[in-house]
Amino acid sequence: MKLPDLAELALRNLRESVLRNSLTTIGISVGVASLVAMLSLGIGLQQLASRRLMKSGLFDTVVVTSRRDLRNFGRDDERTAPPPGESRILDEPTRIEIEHLPNVMEAYPDIRFITELRYEDKPHLTMVAALPSSAKSNDAFEAVQGQFFSSDIAPEVVIQKTFAEELLGKTPKTGLDETNVAVVAAPLLGKELTMRYAQREAAPSTAGNAGASSDQGAAGAAYSVVSRELKLQIVGVADLDPESMRGPTRARVFLPLKLAESLHVMQPTDLREISRAAAGSQPVYSSVSVRVKNPAEIHAIEDAIKKMGFNTFSILDATRSLQQFFAVLDVFLGIFGSLALAVASIGIVNTLVMAILERRREIGIMKAIGASDGDVKRLFFAEAGAMGILGGILGVILGWAIGQVINLGTNIYLKRQSLPPEHFWAVPWWLVAFALVFAFGVSLVSGLYPAGRAARLDPVQALRYE
Amino acid sequence: MGETVIRAVDGVSLEVFSGEFVALLGSSGSGKSSVLNLIAGLDRPTSGSVVVNDRDLAQLSREELARYRLHTVGMVFQSFNLIASMTLAENVELPMRFAEIERGKRDSLAREALTRVGLQSRMSHRPSELSGGEQQRAALARALINRPQLLLADEPTGNLDSHTGTEIMDMVREFNEKLGMTVVMVTHERALAERYAQRLIFLADGKLVSDETNANAVGAERGRL
Repeated sequence: MKLPDLAELALRNLRESVLRNSLTTIGISVGVASLVAMLSLGIGLQQLASRRLMKSGLFDTVVVTSRRDLRNFGRDDERTAPPPGESRILDEPTRIEIEHLPNVMEAYPDIRFITELRYEDKPHLTMVAALPSSAKSNDAFEAVQGQFFSSDIAPEVVIQKTFAEELLGKTPKTGLDETNVAVVAAPLLGKELTMRYAQREAAPSTAGNAGASSDQGAAGAAYSVVSRELKLQIVGVADLDPESMRGPTRARVFLPLKLAESLHVMQPTDLREISRAAAGSQPVYSSVSVRVKNPAEIHAIEDAIKKMGFNTFSILDATRSLQQFFAVLDVFLGIFGSLALAVASIGIVNTLVMAILERRREIGIMKAIGASDGDVKRLFFAEAGAMGILGGILGVILGWAIGQVINLGTNIYLKRQSLPPEHFWAVPWWLVAFALVFAFGVSLVSGLYPAGRAARLDPVQALRYE
Repeated sequence: MGETVIRAVDGVSLEVFSGEFVALLGSSGSGKSSVLNLIAGLDRPTSGSVVVNDRDLAQLSREELARYRLHTVGMVFQSFNLIASMTLAENVELPMRFAEIERGKRDSLAREALTRVGLQSRMSHRPSELSGGEQQRAALARALINRPQLLLADEPTGNLDSHTGTEIMDMVREFNEKLGMTVVMVTHERALAERYAQRLIFLADGKLVSDETNANAVGAERGRL
């Protein structure tokens, strides 16, 4: 029998005992719905977690530190690596070398320092960090109020919302009552901040001219430290915290990278490096951030940098265990979701076995007029499959609806708890396709026994049966 | 313990020639229906052979038997055996679905077959809406739709009054004479058999009792099936 005929006969047979078949189909749809609901919850939670990580902006970044820096991220390295005193310095040539590694988009020095910023004559102490112009594409700056730096050397700053609140004398709030960033940004954009900082000036060649003087009798290099002031214009206020993963060293004020470099701000590493004879006019960085073109390559790049004799750290290391957790969670949710579908599949078996008993004579007639075992088997398969597909479609719709309701309910709860609303429910297309295919597959497997039984029916017996 | 073996048909040996109209007679339980089922390929003999067109049905696979029933045999039954949930047109069309005949062709063939048995106005009715005679006519139309060489009838008039029974039998004879179709009919009505069949075969307790040529019979074209 041809497929269209098969489908037509199957649907006609399903219509014949519409109540029983509808109930079975609803059973399947409930099973599919629970599967879809469970898996979309798992996927939604995973997306929520990785969305948070992505927004941190450090997802595709490797932080490189010198092994001379004793507060290493990767403490395991200390055992295998050469002693800190013999390892390489993280200076400008090294940065360029790293930048030329394959798949590296850029490597920029991590310039950050704690300093005082004056706004309307009130001092505010905070961490300042330099950002390359590429950071503009960072998700954290997507919703920036105002704009990003006009150029890499412009005397401009982008400040974080909490700092903006501090400048305005407001107490930062969290939860749903959180102040809208636009409200905080409006009075600050275009205003001036005065930054005070300690400038490091190379001393040996030029005579110290501004107050501070260096010990001329010292061996090797020396420098002087000059206190300076710089006026900066607030051009943007960022809502999200681009450095949320950095913990206590996170910055709340951001400067353009080139500008920050030209300032020669005194860095913590400077003090240590001064004791090295080799310390020349080239700056030495405490750490270098390496942005990779593709997060999948992050491991290879980390390895390459480690071979060069540096310590590395990437957020991807931290997310790997998270991914593992979600894989296990998805499996468990999937198993629970499938249980209902397993029960539904027993319903299919039951319905079809009943149908065989009821249609025994009909099967006998079909065989007498020339239907082969295969025709009969395929007909029952088609009926099972049709119930599976219909149940699958209904189930996906139902599962999606359940998800929406739970999402809504949870957000109402979150609102009561003064937490921001979250979208932790996701029904991606592949899940819809998977659910439909799975429902179809399960129903076919359920049809296996009834179809085989119908096909083996002896026509003489079946026709004698009145 | 053990099953009781019932020999429904025991050592029956008969030969039917192409174009013949044969009646199998006997009381109920004589094994006449079993012989018919063997010829129809619905049943297999435990021993011996059933040869149709030089093919031994006992040696065919289940799939081959189904094809044989589809293309070589047409069957009508005492209880009509139309599928209740289908209209007459759909019932007649069903064997063509199994034979994988194109849809467009099927419609016209089904219409033609039902017209031939005088049911053109009942095509979209379900069997339950029809009289017994009409149902049996539809069953005849279905039996002949794939142009079989062999028409097997199991008590075709058993559920009909004598008038409609005659109507059906006239049709069967017409197919036998005009289309040269071989007919094997099971009946317990001797009168009916004598009126239509060229050969009368009597069975009792699964054994062949007598095989006689009917005096009324018109000489059929002789050729081995």
